Amino acid sequence: MDEQALRGLLNDVKAGRLSRRAFVQTMVGLGLTAPLAGQMLASAGLAHAQSRSAFTPTKRGGGGMVKVLWWQAPTLLNPHFATGTKDQDGSRIFYEPLAGYDPEGNIVPVLAAEVPSVQNGMVSRDGTSVTWRLKKNVAWHDGKPFTADDIVFNWEFVMDPGTAATTQGQYRDIKTIDKVDAHTVKITFKQPMPFWAAAFCGPTGQIIPKHLFEAFKGGKSREAPANLKPIGTGPYKFVDFKPGDMVRAELNPNYHVANRPFFDQLELKGGGDAASAARAVIQTGEYDFAWNMQVADDILKRLEQGGRGKVDIAVAGNIEHIQFNQTDPWTEVDGERSSVKTKHPFLLDPAVRQAMNLLVDRASIHEQIYGRLGQSTANFLNAPERVRSKNMKWEFSIDKANQILDSAGWKRGGDGIRAKDGKKLKMVYQTSINPERQKTQQIVKQAAGRAGIDIELKSVTASVFFASDPANPDTYPHFYTDIQMYTTTMTQPDPQRFMDQFTSWEISSKDNKWQGRNITRWRSDEYDRTWKAAESEMDAVKRAAHFIKMNDLVIQNMVVVPVLWRMVVSAVSQRLKSTDVSGWDSNLWNLAYWHREA
Amino acid sequence: MSKYVLRRIVIAVPVMFGISLVLFTILALAPGDPFGELASNPNVPREIAQQLREKFGLDDPLPIRYARWLTAMVQGDWGFSFVSRIDVDTLILQRLPTSLFVLGSAQLLGLLIALPIGTYSALRPYSFFDQIATTLAFIGFSLPTFFTGLVFILIFSLWLDWLPFIYRADLSSTGWRWLWEQARQSIMPVAVLGLFQGATLTRFVRSAVLDVIRLDFVNTARAKGLSEGTTVTKHVIRNALIPVVTLVALQIPAIFTGAVITEQIFRVPGIGSLLISSILSNDTPVIMAITFVFSCLVVLFNLVADIVYGWLDPRISYR
Amino acid sequence: MSVAAAPARLLPDTRARPSLWREAARRFRRHRLAMVGTVILAGMVVAVLAGPLVYRVPIDEIDFRAKLQGPSRAHPLGTDDLGQDVLARMLYGGRISLAVGVAAMLISITIGTSIGAIAGQAGGAVDHTLMRITDLFLSLPQLPLLLLIVYLFRDSLKRVLGPEAGIFVMIVVVIAGLRWMPVARLVRAQFLSLREKEFVEAARSLGARSFRQVTLHILPNALGPVIVAGSLDVAAAIIAESSLSFLGLGFPPDIPTWGRILYDAKDNLDFAPHWAIFPGTAIFLTVLSINYIGDGLRDALDPRKVLGHK
Repeated sequence: MDEQALRGLLNDVKAGRLSRRAFVQTMVGLGLTAPLAGQMLASAGLAHAQSRSAFTPTKRGGGGMVKVLWWQAPTLLNPHFATGTKDQDGSRIFYEPLAGYDPEGNIVPVLAAEVPSVQNGMVSRDGTSVTWRLKKNVAWHDGKPFTADDIVFNWEFVMDPGTAATTQGQYRDIKTIDKVDAHTVKITFKQPMPFWAAAFCGPTGQIIPKHLFEAFKGGKSREAPANLKPIGTGPYKFVDFKPGDMVRAELNPNYHVANRPFFDQLELKGGGDAASAARAVIQTGEYDFAWNMQVADDILKRLEQGGRGKVDIAVAGNIEHIQFNQTDPWTEVDGERSSVKTKHPFLLDPAVRQAMNLLVDRASIHEQIYGRLGQSTANFLNAPERVRSKNMKWEFSIDKANQILDSAGWKRGGDGIRAKDGKKLKMVYQTSINPERQKTQQIVKQAAGRAGIDIELKSVTASVFFASDPANPDTYPHFYTDIQMYTTTMTQPDPQRFMDQFTSWEISSKDNKWQGRNITRWRSDEYDRTWKAAESEMDAVKRAAHFIKMNDLVIQNMVVVPVLWRMVVSAVSQRLKSTDVSGWDSNLWNLAYWHREA
Repeated sequence: MSKYVLRRIVIAVPVMFGISLVLFTILALAPGDPFGELASNPNVPREIAQQLREKFGLDDPLPIRYARWLTAMVQGDWGFSFVSRIDVDTLILQRLPTSLFVLGSAQLLGLLIALPIGTYSALRPYSFFDQIATTLAFIGFSLPTFFTGLVFILIFSLWLDWLPFIYRADLSSTGWRWLWEQARQSIMPVAVLGLFQGATLTRFVRSAVLDVIRLDFVNTARAKGLSEGTTVTKHVIRNALIPVVTLVALQIPAIFTGAVITEQIFRVPGIGSLLISSILSNDTPVIMAITFVFSCLVVLFNLVADIVYGWLDPRISYR
Repeated sequence: MSVAAAPARLLPDTRARPSLWREAARRFRRHRLAMVGTVILAGMVVAVLAGPLVYRVPIDEIDFRAKLQGPSRAHPLGTDDLGQDVLARMLYGGRISLAVGVAAMLISITIGTSIGAIAGQAGGAVDHTLMRITDLFLSLPQLPLLLLIVYLFRDSLKRVLGPEAGIFVMIVVVIAGLRWMPVARLVRAQFLSLREKEFVEAARSLGARSFRQVTLHILPNALGPVIVAGSLDVAAAIIAESSLSFLGLGFPPDIPTWGRILYDAKDNLDFAPHWAIFPGTAIFLTVLSINYIGDGLRDALDPRKVLGHK
């Protein structure tokens, strides 16, 4: 779909011939994200009218205690040190960003007075600056007022290398922040930023108070007492924290939204595993909410029959996929395997990759293993099943795979394994330890066996597989096997960073200590060009067309095999309402509006 | 004997030195690193992980890191957790009471089960009582704790709905109510662990008592006209206790590090779950601190066991 | 042994003395439970060795329509959550479980008994050094050590011994290497107390050298805890292997060892208990039989009985 067609659709929405929802769905079917579609709509002047929940309380509090289960418990409560979503979620109880992302990916103001856009003049036409107006009458938990000084301070705090803040990536494109007045800031970027919301929005955008952290910048940041006793602007105040175990909070009587929050106390408990967390919410009702339900859907369905709780599915951009190694993992060159100086013996043959593509039984994997927790897809940059991209589709056929391999000259040997020119189709397939992944591996192995491909399964403990240790050969960036599988998470609604994993300068190798994000070591000049073009393209429609092209390049060249578009799954008690879990923000982004039905 | 004890205590110091060096080396060489999760996060630029490694001195050579750790430890600074960014001793002390309570009770329960049942079994070997006890003991320890824990949860929490299965270390009630809630949430983890240890200990007690009963001095005691009860308590048990003491001494340090699986299943925030999560996230200062305390306890309690042998059986001497 | 009430005679006993071992074997055979144990264990060994040749259902045939079904004609022990046949998987995985369990147990009690015996008998500096080494091993954190050993040795072992044998050796060494210490402490404690008992003193005063004292007199009596530890170790080794596999350090996750099947089955206990009951029972029977065999061995080797006392 090209730019012309996209503009045509936008006009349809304007004229009322096409609903916003259908537009978003169509975009998603092309491999774009919902938030990007939202941006396109906004740029055409069709900004979303926000409506929060229909529940209108008349007083603050009175709801008692709400208990939530995070089976990986937060270990620290400073959002700028967070190493994972668990820490971000723990912090989000107390801290807030300027704006969050709702389940459709729309920007929703929290500490900001309104959402900036080109229409209202707060985003400059050339994309080099954005102006935020802050809500007035917002106070920190200790009573001090929230002002523009806090915004400027957060940027300085994060950018100080001595702090080693993990949120640096969101702030480093900022050139300056000007304090226009006590409640207005103007952020100027180093170059045009189509995704100007990277800074100060979402879970990485949580704001910490200047007056408590000022004395602890840089190297002294670890000593700040507020690290352990957070003072934020959020709906709940700090009571107690045991790292890795529990967080307790109580209602903030001066919260800046009237008559909110509903609950008087909050308790977050950690530890254990996902399955028992599901039981605690859905089966016994001991807890009200549980995070990240990585449990077989069969089990979840059985638990739901009790009627005490249910499963909540939120769309995100995470894609579980199988990668083909473009280089040779079994030959060592200059002390490095899977080096770009080598070529893979048989995976570079398109027939082999095509056959493998046909041998992944996505339907069974989806229905039997993941159930509602994911959807089959043909796109790397996601798609729901009903709105399939016109170009890309997936298929499962062992017969076709056999045909393709036969006509490409891969003949079966005496042991049933295909070979050509002395090279056998024997592969090692690795992934992390995770019951669903192991089952997927077995399904793929069985189908491949029927097509004459021999697969040896390998699984690595997650803390090693996802490590960044340059000396460990089992990490996924090393990719010392023929194929591997894992999920690339899309932690922000904009695909720019997500798609950089196929650019040639990100190729993972010994030189950059395997910190590069291009794991398959695939190179394409056309892809590089398109990516760079998208980086500075301010027109949302043109930009979307670039991303569609990038997705198609990856899929047509069979660089990866998308297996499953994974959702964000939580368990929610029947009586808990307005959680609105969003796959683009923290699970607790809407915490202030949570309430319980009588 | 006191000379022996003195010698042991004096030598304990260099022994601890040696053990800590070996522990540190193993941890330093083991694969995995604390900032791995950052590498897979597309929004975290790769320099951050490097900056963090430098900040915490992770790339310095091994002897320097060991020396740094040792000097800090000697001064009472147990280190700083990479993952939680707080002092290690705070982390450990937060969890110590829970560990001591849950695991200590489990050990006690195990002993209370094992001593009477094991002894009685041995006095009537292969009787009906013995057969039942033996079978139950076997079931008890051939099933892993994750399994029995789950069975308990299924029965008592899910089907019968009698007991909560998530342990909360911060119950907000007071007085009798607190006691009642604490008891309700502790029964299952303590029982799972206690029964498992009781099962293994019962076998050892039975075997030890059987060994002693066949010895001649027992016949002498009986021939002297002593009642069965006195014979058993005064003569048999004392001698049979030696293997039991050995085992208990080996198990007491484990109270400190806890039972990882049981803690995981019931979400008991003990030191065991801290240890396993630190290992999985490669939070070396925490691992080092816990394992070091553990090894001190091992050395200490093995010494105590050796002393107790001398008291139980006066003929034992240490040349 | 029915002898009519014989008049008291002071003639020497002229019955031919049976050899020590044959006598022991005879006593063993008479121990009823030991025989039961032997039969069970032998049965399981035969089943896992010959079973897969007779029962040809594949272990990894995925059939979603047959998910989580209880025992039936097509699947005598039911199916798991991928529709794979539990009996076939148990027979296949049983080879590994039994081999790992027994091998690890034998190695750990051999090492433990030797070290404990030497320490207990020799005393002094030897005892001290050996016990401090034991303390060191007891202090080692198992998981980081395992990760390190696997990381260092997995590839070289695979090269030398082949992939399966390499992993097998590594697992057995790792499990046994971390379980010998309690046996050593127990055996040493037995030696310390037995060394001073009268019958050993008697042997000493008759001029028996240390080695003879140890093997003939002390060791057989010290075996009580060793036998208990042995049967415990088998169960522990089987479960430990599954924990290793769970962490990615042992056999690949699609190899259905008993501990692994148990672990995979745990979340479906309320719905498909058969999946867990069968491997659990298998482990239980293994442990039971080894223990009874051990009891029989101890009775059979008891020197007082063999040498004609009582």
